[in-house]
Amino acid sequence: MVERIWRLGAGARLFFLTIVYSGESFKRFHLTMREIYSTGVMSLLIIIVSAFFVGMVLALQGYNTLQKYGSSEAIGVLVSLSLVRELGPVVTALLFAGRAGTAITAEIGLMKTTEQLSAMEMMAVNPIARVVAPRFWAGVISMPILATLFSMVGILGGYIVAVPLIGVDEGAFWSQMQANLDFQSDIVNGIIKSLVFGVACTMIALFEGFDAPPTAEGVSRATTRTVVISSLTVLGLDFVLTSFMLVI
Amino acid sequence: MDRTKIDLWVGIFVALGVAALLGLAMKVGNLTSGKIGETYSVTAAFENVGSLKPHAPVKSAGVAVGRVDSIAFNSKTYEAVVTIKIDKRYNFPKDTFANIYTAGLLGEQYVGLEAGGDEEVLKNGDKIAKTQDAVVLEKMISQFLFSKASESDKDAKPSASTSASDAKHVEAKSTELGDAPF
Repeated sequence: MVERIWRLGAGARLFFLTIVYSGESFKRFHLTMREIYSTGVMSLLIIIVSAFFVGMVLALQGYNTLQKYGSSEAIGVLVSLSLVRELGPVVTALLFAGRAGTAITAEIGLMKTTEQLSAMEMMAVNPIARVVAPRFWAGVISMPILATLFSMVGILGGYIVAVPLIGVDEGAFWSQMQANLDFQSDIVNGIIKSLVFGVACTMIALFEGFDAPPTAEGVSRATTRTVVISSLTVLGLDFVLTSFMLVI
Repeated sequence: MDRTKIDLWVGIFVALGVAALLGLAMKVGNLTSGKIGETYSVTAAFENVGSLKPHAPVKSAGVAVGRVDSIAFNSKTYEAVVTIKIDKRYNFPKDTFANIYTAGLLGEQYVGLEAGGDEEVLKNGDKIAKTQDAVVLEKMISQFLFSKASESDKDAKPSASTSASDAKHVEAKSTELGDAPF
């Protein structure tokens, strides 16, 4: 228990230091750029493919229930609302933790194990400014983009199942969606959620890597913890954010 | 300069993100349809607004002509004051009738405007005098149950009277109440 609290404090300190030293990652933006490539761009495939299938399954399952009440046109509303509000940010964050978070933890953990971080310090290069901050900002920038893409591709997947396959009227599909989705309260809130998840997931991955014991076993454990803690944090944060957004 | 490949990919990534956001805003969200140019606002007082919400459409003859801006409670008159914004292109007579309708049986509620015959038109800040409240389903059901109960009450008590006069009585009672269309 004391160990957990210690780690929480250390994580908060790392977060603070990352913010303080993040000037470097914008001054030398190509560092951040390279990290956006390895976290964001490399996650594109898994995000797009899973979004497509999530959208298709949502449409199929939604149709199954909605047609009992004779309102299968509402399928567009169902798919888009659940994707934009919840599934887009949350599933993206979970996939991100598995795809990019683990990579960050393993990379930094191994840097620490092979004493690359200490070597940087010896050369008067701040490892937080050089290694941690660019990865942090890359994650924070990538997550909303990935989540928006997830929602859009998911809706397209739902469209493909609903309109050509099932035969829902195309006009009703889009117009009901437009009538029931608000840009401010649904789309912008979804993006805010994904920004928060981006901060949380990337920070957890960075801290676990930074905190990993410098052994092979230590790095593997840290990688596992990244996935577990990020997933739980995302789900918990989602509840908190949703309740806040519903109140406002 | 071997960063060009990365630059290209990050460029594609960001462009995809922007395209998805635009797609969400234009095709999925109501950013395009939610905009109704210049508006003027009028108020209307209702005794009961049901489940009318801000941003609900205002329709006339089935065409959306505006949106509900805000709903407030007047503690002097104990009425709900609904402020609605109507598109500048549409003018309505002063004696326009404002109703609260429900789209479909269980759909959302909206404000329906029925034009009157006055020469003068509604201007910014005017108040619509003639309003009709939302239909509250519970009220209708309780009214119906009440009239049914009074019917059966009448049925039970004068058991000695002939059936013909009894039936007449019941009929008279229900028309007197002028009750719901059940």
